[in-house]
Amino acid sequence: MTNEIIIAGFGGQGIVSSGIILAHAGMIEDKYVSFFPSYGAEMRGGTANCSVVISSDPVASPIVANPNIMIVMNEPSLARFEPTVQPNGLFFFNQTLIKSKPTRKDITIIPVEANAIAEELGQGRVANMVMLGILAKKTGLLKLETLKKAQRKRFTKANKEQLELNDKALERGYALL
Amino acid sequence: MAEKRLMYGNHAVVEGVIYAGCRFFAGYPITPQNEIPEYMSIRMNEEGGVFLQTESEIAAINMLFGAAAAGKRAMTSSSSPGISLMQEGISYIAGADMPVLVVNVVRGGPGLGNIAPAQSDYYQATRGGGHGDYFTITLAPHSGQELFEFPRLGFELAEKYRNPALILADGLLGQMMEPVEFTYEPIDPTSLPEKEWALSGCKGRERRVVRSYDLRPGKLEDLNRRRFEKYENIKKNEQRFRASRCDDADLVVVAYGTCARVSDAAVRMARDRGLKVGLLRPISLWPFPWDVLGDMSKRVEHFLVVEMSCGQMIDDVKLATECRSKVQFHGRPGGGVPTPPEIYEKILGVLGGTR
Repeated sequence: MTNEIIIAGFGGQGIVSSGIILAHAGMIEDKYVSFFPSYGAEMRGGTANCSVVISSDPVASPIVANPNIMIVMNEPSLARFEPTVQPNGLFFFNQTLIKSKPTRKDITIIPVEANAIAEELGQGRVANMVMLGILAKKTGLLKLETLKKAQRKRFTKANKEQLELNDKALERGYALL
Repeated sequence: MAEKRLMYGNHAVVEGVIYAGCRFFAGYPITPQNEIPEYMSIRMNEEGGVFLQTESEIAAINMLFGAAAAGKRAMTSSSSPGISLMQEGISYIAGADMPVLVVNVVRGGPGLGNIAPAQSDYYQATRGGGHGDYFTITLAPHSGQELFEFPRLGFELAEKYRNPALILADGLLGQMMEPVEFTYEPIDPTSLPEKEWALSGCKGRERRVVRSYDLRPGKLEDLNRRRFEKYENIKKNEQRFRASRCDDADLVVVAYGTCARVSDAAVRMARDRGLKVGLLRPISLWPFPWDVLGDMSKRVEHFLVVEMSCGQMIDDVKLATECRSKVQFHGRPGGGVPTPPEIYEKILGVLGGTR
């Protein structure tokens, strides 16, 4: 089974971090994984996206064109990535920041109040952790505990309070379903 | 068990270079390999090595020439246009029989091209690249793991044969992250044996000369002939490849680097549907694994060469198989990366034509 994931949003929403944490978590659980950023002509405040593959087989190409799991964190990414999702794919979108509605009927749409929940926890930027939490629950792809471990590998310089807040955000996302 | 880290391919190269005991890097920035000098500047500083961001690629490659002549492991990295700029220096280094390591994280070309992954520098890498009669030992990694391991192999081969070695990667391998196992202990640079030809100061011994030129009548011809005897040894001893599922294959896909990993998935798709398809992955591009392909061509009817170019390695496959088999091609130039279904369709097309 190969899961091909794209995460998309604004630069600064923790898109790349989310991708690396997902891949790292997969590695901890002994799966074949890859992470691939969009690179090159990127700019601060522009859009960012990355591909993650988590598979039972060696990863052929880390570049995902048609994901079966999609996380969309901002408005411009919705229009760009909704058409690319595989039929029957999962489409998580950040309902707090995205006013339009996905229109496809052949994919599973999962609206998430990612930023609203993050603000409730006291920090908007943990919205990405809320998303990873609900993704883990909905897909069964990774254990919540593994994501907690993996975020610590990513944020090696973060203080204890921040790491615990990240954990809480992961838990809140996980508890949404 | 060895430590496993999730790493960028470009960072894996850096650790591989440090683990190989190299403490000299000179280079100039270019996408998609900028993470190499960036991370190298940190690691060389930690290890007490030399990191130099030079004014140009030409300066960098000539500094490597100097460092190698002094007997030290020295490396540089760049991407296609930058490697073109270095060709004069690489030719001089080959002409002086000096071991250096050059990493090319290939991007789309020709010209400024783009920053996407490509394999269109195959000819340049495997035919010498600069002026004069020479070859560079060329290794093609297909994973973060090999990006970590090949710098050491590259230095060992470069020193064994006193010849420049090249690692031919691409933007995809450099930019992707995947798990890398640190399979061996770092080499202490002071433990590396002294070179009997190194320019280390001639006090108390005969002076040594490192140069690529010789104006005495007949001398340069002799030197070139001796170098080609060396190349014959390299061709005999260092052909590297991985063959998988080839034993009973009606069709063998030939692909290196990124195209090999994508082709491997296509081959698995074909096998799942009962088609007898295998994969031959050249690891050394020079010397090319001519011998194994020659042997295979006596029983394999079809070869399908997959490259991220309009077809360069296919020439070597045709030379190796000497018209005994049918050689077909699938290529994606200019930064395109093939997908497994795309290659699978091509496999079906080739095999379907024979029924």
